[in-house]
Amino acid sequence: MINYEKLKASREGFGIGIVKAALENKNILALSADLSESLKLEEFKNRFPERYIEVGVAEQNLAAVGAGLALEGKIPFITSFASFSPSINWGQIRVSICYNNANVKIASSHAGITTGEDGATHQALEDIAITRVLPKMNVIVPADATEAEKATIETSKTKNPTYLRLGREKFPQVTEESEFRIGKANILKKGSDLTLIACGNMVFQALKASEILEKKGIEVEVINNHTIKPLDSKTILQSAKKTGTIFTVEEHQTAGGMGSAVAEAISGEGIHLEIIGVEDKFGQSGSASELLEKYGLSANKIVERIIKHKKLIQNV
Amino acid sequence: MKNDYLKEKARKVRIEAIDMIYTAGSGHPGGSLGVADLLTYLYYNVLKTNASKPSWNGRDRFILSNGHVCPALYAVLAEKGFFKKDRLKTLRKMNGLQGHPERGSLPGIETSAGPLGLGLGISCGMALKAKMDGEKHHIYCMMSDGEQDEGVTWEAAMFAAKNKLDNLTAIIDRNKIQLSGPTEKIMPLENLKEKYEAFNWNVIEIKGHDFNEMKKIKTRKKGKPTLIIANTIPGKGVSFMEGKFEWHGKAPNKSERDQAIKELNKQ
Repeated sequence: MINYEKLKASREGFGIGIVKAALENKNILALSADLSESLKLEEFKNRFPERYIEVGVAEQNLAAVGAGLALEGKIPFITSFASFSPSINWGQIRVSICYNNANVKIASSHAGITTGEDGATHQALEDIAITRVLPKMNVIVPADATEAEKATIETSKTKNPTYLRLGREKFPQVTEESEFRIGKANILKKGSDLTLIACGNMVFQALKASEILEKKGIEVEVINNHTIKPLDSKTILQSAKKTGTIFTVEEHQTAGGMGSAVAEAISGEGIHLEIIGVEDKFGQSGSASELLEKYGLSANKIVERIIKHKKLIQNV
Repeated sequence: MKNDYLKEKARKVRIEAIDMIYTAGSGHPGGSLGVADLLTYLYYNVLKTNASKPSWNGRDRFILSNGHVCPALYAVLAEKGFFKKDRLKTLRKMNGLQGHPERGSLPGIETSAGPLGLGLGISCGMALKAKMDGEKHHIYCMMSDGEQDEGVTWEAAMFAAKNKLDNLTAIIDRNKIQLSGPTEKIMPLENLKEKYEAFNWNVIEIKGHDFNEMKKIKTRKKGKPTLIIANTIPGKGVSFMEGKFEWHGKAPNKSERDQAIKELNKQ
């Protein structure tokens, strides 16, 4: 399940995926706001120089030009860091992309606390919230490079504005045996005691947590919820009805993110839910693993939260 | 089309705009009256359009960036036959014409617009696409002078020059007012012509109510985007609205509406 041999960042999968997608469809373009190297666009640039557009450090115009190209039939992937796009250009995304229903793909790397040393300004922890509230927008958070590649290709085939959330840090692969379908969550591991729903890099942490818990006799069902919108409520509800308890975990503020999307979906169903994420704080500089520990997102911290909950239940 | 014909069309557009905004009870008469001549000229003498095939790929694109003057655009589109005129009275009503343009809600609307500064970047994307695919249509983008305050306008201005988008013509409705006062008091823009020239644009200044001068809108310069600074009078055609920023975003009451229509009927 976890391939420790292959350490890769999801942004690397994006770089491969966009080349494969571009070979299939000549309308696919890549737009860069002076971060092409970080977004792993080198190969795209070399192979399709005439389909690579540099807009400079201008995220608002990045979104606006993308919208114009899309309204004319192109499929632009506008690329930057998640802390700049979709935030500095959110107004453009709302009106020029979503209200226009322009087929723009917003691919953003360096999402989450694992962005690490660059510090809080560069660790996007709010991007899922501000994209998933937009009508017509799809929101996809690939778990690893393998999934990012598939997600990029699948996303290029849809007509929806889409936010593709990517990470900087290399992690083991966890989706090599998974199929990828937009809007279809994947159950990576069956279990009956509780449902652990993760997205992005946190899928790896969730799987590790489930292995630790298994040794303690707690059977965890692990779901890779790569599509935040449209959310696969059916798979989530089915699992939750079986286990009665959901934990969600994401590299994002607990407010408005993936856990919130799950909360909206299960509201009124009588299911216990705990949302694990960054709790109304900015991050700080540090290594990815230190930060995961500090902000309560490492496998060990997830295990602690779940055991604490189990103890509470047993004491009732 | 001859000047007399254009003048009559523009007069009708002004009457419709006043009536629409009056019926709606809100809207932006100052800018709508100010751009009536320019929009009329563009749709009758410049733009390649086809009202019966509004999505025809060979059409010239007209991007209205300052969406708040849409009553004038709706009136011109109706006059050109893009849709029936009786829809004009539904401005700002439920299920009617939107208070700011929405793409897809009406034939001939190329983009949604409302927040200022969105149009020039979109126009750049459209112009770049036409270049990439060897398409010959032209992209026109109308902006207000107030939206030159928006930083993204200048991001787009740089992009257009970098990419030598000579198939793009921007037109600034230079009426020297914005919502809460004169542009030169709120945020001075001058020297606007020199600013765009410094950004490597081909800039031409015209009188925005003079159809003879509007011939210059078709001026092109190889390798450069063109900007037309059209000096206009906000509220043009209605004496008590002319030059008054107070009429930027306020609907006339019944007697003001009647007075305005009376004046326009005499022109």
